[in-house]
Amino acid sequence: MARAVTTRQKTINSLAAWAVGLLIFFPILWIFVMSFKAEGDAIKTPLEVLAAPWTLENYGVVQERSNYSRHFANSVILAFGSTLLGLLVAVPAAWAMAFVPSKRTKDILLWMLSTKMLPAVGVLYPIYLLFIRLGLLDSRAGLVVVLMLINLPIIVWMLYTYFREIPGEILEAARMDGATLHEEILYVLTPMAIPGMASTLLLNVILAWNEAFWTLNLTAAKAAPLTAFIASYSSPEGLFYAKLSAASTMAIAPILIMGWFSQKQLVRGLTFGAVK
Amino acid sequence: MGQIQLNQVSKSFGSVEVIPPLDLTIEDGEFVVFVGPSGCGKSTLLRLIAGLEDVTEGHVTIDGQDATEVVPAKRGLAMVFQSYALYPHMSVRKNIAFPLRMAGLDKAQQDKSVAQAAEVLNLTDYLDRRPGQLSGGQRQRVAIGRAIVREPAAFLFDEPLSNLDAALRVGMRLEISELHKRLKTTMIYVTHDQVEAMTMADKIVVLQAGVIEQVGSPLELYQRPRNTFVAGFIGSPKMNLIQGPGADKYGAATIGIRPEHIDINEEEGLWHGTVGVSEHLGSDTFFHVQCNASHEPLTVRATGEMALEYGAEVHLTPRTEHLHKFDAKGLRME
Repeated sequence: MARAVTTRQKTINSLAAWAVGLLIFFPILWIFVMSFKAEGDAIKTPLEVLAAPWTLENYGVVQERSNYSRHFANSVILAFGSTLLGLLVAVPAAWAMAFVPSKRTKDILLWMLSTKMLPAVGVLYPIYLLFIRLGLLDSRAGLVVVLMLINLPIIVWMLYTYFREIPGEILEAARMDGATLHEEILYVLTPMAIPGMASTLLLNVILAWNEAFWTLNLTAAKAAPLTAFIASYSSPEGLFYAKLSAASTMAIAPILIMGWFSQKQLVRGLTFGAVK
Repeated sequence: MGQIQLNQVSKSFGSVEVIPPLDLTIEDGEFVVFVGPSGCGKSTLLRLIAGLEDVTEGHVTIDGQDATEVVPAKRGLAMVFQSYALYPHMSVRKNIAFPLRMAGLDKAQQDKSVAQAAEVLNLTDYLDRRPGQLSGGQRQRVAIGRAIVREPAAFLFDEPLSNLDAALRVGMRLEISELHKRLKTTMIYVTHDQVEAMTMADKIVVLQAGVIEQVGSPLELYQRPRNTFVAGFIGSPKMNLIQGPGADKYGAATIGIRPEHIDINEEEGLWHGTVGVSEHLGSDTFFHVQCNASHEPLTVRATGEMALEYGAEVHLTPRTEHLHKFDAKGLRME
């Protein structure tokens, strides 16, 4: 049923929505603004900050002091590597849960998700010790595996939800047509699940890109991604707001741009199955 | 070749037995229809033959080879599903070629077989479309095309027409019958629609609660139903089944008489009743008559020209040579 909304009410609602939106977006906007101000101007009152002259100086200093491109490359490798590895493990798992469920399938799914509720720091010691023993500290390979494992429950859950929407009869048809299990997954299931797999990939790339706890604790210089790059600007001898802002802007810009261009896919992915 | 044998095949889901042990032989080249009300196990039986479900006990034999443990892909059977189950991301051409591709045939052979199947099914103009761009009838033809290219030992149809509208259903029914006459391949066809069963089958298998009630040709089932269930299920409109005093007179617990085997007139007859609703089909008229022989109204078939007022007094006379008698257990009495 359509609800009657007066123009006045609409205006009020719009203003309220914009206010909330701006409030949420403000910190990011402010970081962006501060990154273009001189260090001395950045700590002044907001109006003074806005009035101060614009400069690219911070970006130059950040680029000089630390190697942005290496951190960026590490972020890309960690985010995409862990997500692709995760998909490789999760596709067969989700297939089994969606198409040949057992009495325990629901329990396993919940148990997997429950590991996400565990505070990560609770397993820091064992994992740290394992990393030392295996010589994986500050290595990209080790971190790819850890990031894959911490996001695996989400990948399996998302894929499971997508696979559930695919009619089982189509897979049975493939079986009748002579496809082996491997061919059934490769030629029939995967192409049909591509939209779902794409949004799973996107979301997990973002999660892995932003992951800071493990990347900060398990890396030093070689494997450090952009999260460690930002952290290196919060120095104990007083903060350099403008430079920290420039580093942050450089770290979040790639993922923000990627998110912006794929938002349609992401929203579809996150609400999939909720409305049909 | 396509002889299929079920020996003491049974199926249970957990502790629920949906198909008690049954035997059935389907001869090479036969068109066999499994028919029964929903939930009677007919689709399950088909899926057991296909291998999509594992049998709990017993053996499935295809062309003399025990296929009980053979995976669906290796049984040499093709299946057409109710939902068509086409691959939505592939063109019609690729859908039809899929079984050939899985069999490892080269591209030239694939193209040749696809072109032939498309010709037979009038799909040549649609080969480059996706299933989503086709009508229901065309999709069903693609599903059939995908089944025929691999030249299977037998075709399995799982209610293939139930998603189509009535007019299309009649057309597709003829096309499938025509296809069977031409290919002479064994076909097993599942439906809940007894009209489809009657019109298409060489042999009908009537199922109820997983049990085979009767196996026979359409006319055998129509003329000599083995029990009251088959009598009531086969034929449209249904056979009139009369219990109580009306049946006692003939020394039976239940008597059955088909609508076309009752004479109706306004002057005299064995039973007496009043006309309820009349259904005029043009060729025939069906009267629903509440009469003294039965609690349920009887259906009577008359010529298309006959007209009787609602509430008119009439007399009915069954033709005794067409009377079916059943005992207290519902079995046919000879």
